[in-house]
Amino acid sequence: MLLISNGRVIDPATGTDAPRDILLDGDRIAAVAPQGQLAARAKGAEIFDAANLVVAPGFIDLHCHLREPGGESSETIETGTRAAARGGFTAVCPMPNTRPVNDNVSVTRSILERAAAVSGVRVWPIGAASMGSKGEALSEIAAMKQAGIVAVSDDGRPIANAKLLRQVMDYCRALDLPVIDHCEDSSLFAGAVMREGKQSVRLGLRGMPAATESLAVARDVQVGELTNCRLHIAHLSARASLELVRAAKAKGLPVTCEVTPHHFTLTDEDVQYDTRYKMNPPLASREDRDALIVGLADGTVDAIATDHAPHEPALKDVEFDRAPFGVTGFETALALGLDLVHTGRISLMRLAELFTSGPARVLGMTRRIAENEPGDLTIFSTGHNWTFLAQESASKSRNSPFDGRTFRGAPMATIVAGRIAYRR
Amino acid sequence: MSHRFGHMLGIEPLSAEEIVFLLDQSKPFQEIQRHPLKKLATLRGKTVALAFFEPSTRTRISFATAASRLGADQMNLQAESSSLKKGESLLDTVRTLDAMKPDCIVIRHSSSGAPDFVARHLPLPVINAGDGTHEHPTQALLDALTIRDRRGTLEGLNVTILGDILHSRVARSNIHLLAKFGCRFTLCGPAMWLPRELECLGPPGTSIRRVTRIAEALEGADVILTLRVQQERLHEPALPLDEYILQYQLTPERLRLARPDALVLHPGPMVRGLEIDPAVADGPQSCVLEQVTNGLAVRMALLFLMTGSGADTPPEKDSSHAAD
Repeated sequence: MLLISNGRVIDPATGTDAPRDILLDGDRIAAVAPQGQLAARAKGAEIFDAANLVVAPGFIDLHCHLREPGGESSETIETGTRAAARGGFTAVCPMPNTRPVNDNVSVTRSILERAAAVSGVRVWPIGAASMGSKGEALSEIAAMKQAGIVAVSDDGRPIANAKLLRQVMDYCRALDLPVIDHCEDSSLFAGAVMREGKQSVRLGLRGMPAATESLAVARDVQVGELTNCRLHIAHLSARASLELVRAAKAKGLPVTCEVTPHHFTLTDEDVQYDTRYKMNPPLASREDRDALIVGLADGTVDAIATDHAPHEPALKDVEFDRAPFGVTGFETALALGLDLVHTGRISLMRLAELFTSGPARVLGMTRRIAENEPGDLTIFSTGHNWTFLAQESASKSRNSPFDGRTFRGAPMATIVAGRIAYRR
Repeated sequence: MSHRFGHMLGIEPLSAEEIVFLLDQSKPFQEIQRHPLKKLATLRGKTVALAFFEPSTRTRISFATAASRLGADQMNLQAESSSLKKGESLLDTVRTLDAMKPDCIVIRHSSSGAPDFVARHLPLPVINAGDGTHEHPTQALLDALTIRDRRGTLEGLNVTILGDILHSRVARSNIHLLAKFGCRFTLCGPAMWLPRELECLGPPGTSIRRVTRIAEALEGADVILTLRVQQERLHEPALPLDEYILQYQLTPERLRLARPDALVLHPGPMVRGLEIDPAVADGPQSCVLEQVTNGLAVRMALLFLMTGSGADTPPEKDSSHAAD
């Protein structure tokens, strides 16, 4: 048994923001009660003193890359999930663009087996929508669902063919799986390495306009409407895309979206040939960034997702236009979100929702602190001052634009299935 | 003074005073080009690494000649023989060059920001000899030297740039440089090569207008910079050449729309009959060959300033902060 005592419980699913003690027994929550009332039941339990700390449901990351199998020099399931635990995440959803691609049950099973052996956090794989993510034929979606995938996506190689997308969505509607799309029009993308704008023109780097994303979002929403499948827009970065999602939601369509911490924090003005600022979608304009923050606050955005994309130094220490896209993100996500709280842009309750019940809803799950719910909790401080040093990261890679940045607030403990997976 | 320029990565971060200083430092080296014996011993014992990762003839020969005339030894790396072809990374290649202990490295690369990247990783001075579509600082300096010699000043000129501005590092470096002297710019070319964001180059308040009609662009021009049509650099479908010639070739008739004493510059290599009419290229307003000679002077001055040790003395008196 584990007693989390003296904490401030914030549970967006029930709207709770109150001092509560939580008793975990086995892998479940056994009881939730006002402070001190569980003392008798908790006799003999290990006690975690959460005084001055926030206790939230376990964080879920809808979008990450653990690189195993095939990219183990940049990350493994073991190192990636250790970094996730340090970031407060109790469950992470790795994208299928591994080598081989997770487009069949044997890859899905091997990921899950590896995770069970080495990971302290839950790993919920996302399966490829098409074989090899080549955008030609459907993958073994039903079989992968039985094996444990929680969604499908051809992340990184977006489905260009609208007819195939429709087939995927029709099929996934019947399987009750969300389709996650990395929205990108490949003809506008055309070899770009950053967002088109003043900075790309100044630096002489090939830019892509915001419409590269929003064109694909518009297509996806309309194809989705044909099927009524749940559509989730990955790493949304442009105001125009956000407006499309807002309109779709107003119409009652099952459309959701996520935003990454780097997109709500940085802008294209931060790009200076440093490949740690190169990711796809690229950092957007200031106007777009500000619109994303409004979307996070007003509920248009459903989740904060990291798009944790590790790349070993040998891959990133190259010319800007040759470097792969992607930045790490597990360990800085919460702190960057708390920056929005500290500056008054969103409430703490809303931030918690974006990490917990928001992403859970995207996956068709619930996430709340109540008796008999899974014993997954994220305990964090809103005032702890610390500096993120990529060198000290649990990830195998160092490609973070936030290396050396000072933060206020950090994960203090990550509890998965009733066990402490990480403690600061 | 030799430590004043740690690297020469671009014109944008330089001040007007620093540019004037560089141009003044180039003057004695201009003189040397007219001497029957052009070789100095100023950099004897020094080594300049020339790392050209992108094919280049003119700029490479200019830097090599500049180094030779200063008495420096050279290491030459050319794209054709480059180990990049064998899969070596840029970082490993330049670290290998660095291990041979040159005193500075001159880099030409097709990736914007590559010299910046090298400067962050190597402990020696880096000179940008043209990076992607970013900057070509020595070209802008030699253009400025040419303009200042002919016009006596850089201040307040009307500068018209013709061609593919979006993909031109020469245009960017020239705008950054001449904007620091209050020049006004007219950028002219096919609309897809003239994005609105070009108006934001240069310090705040810089006057940059974009026009697609060449007649409008040339009116009142003091300086006309004609760019090469760099078809190899274009990712998008290129404009038919005949269309370009029809609309944008600098012809004698069109040149008459500019001021009578307007200067015509071209960074080379020049394609006669494409962006420029032969009569203009060879006419009295053309500065094309002066630009080439001035390129030697500017590059000698830079190599001297960036690799010369404190014990050396410049060939003539230090004329920093001289009035324009």
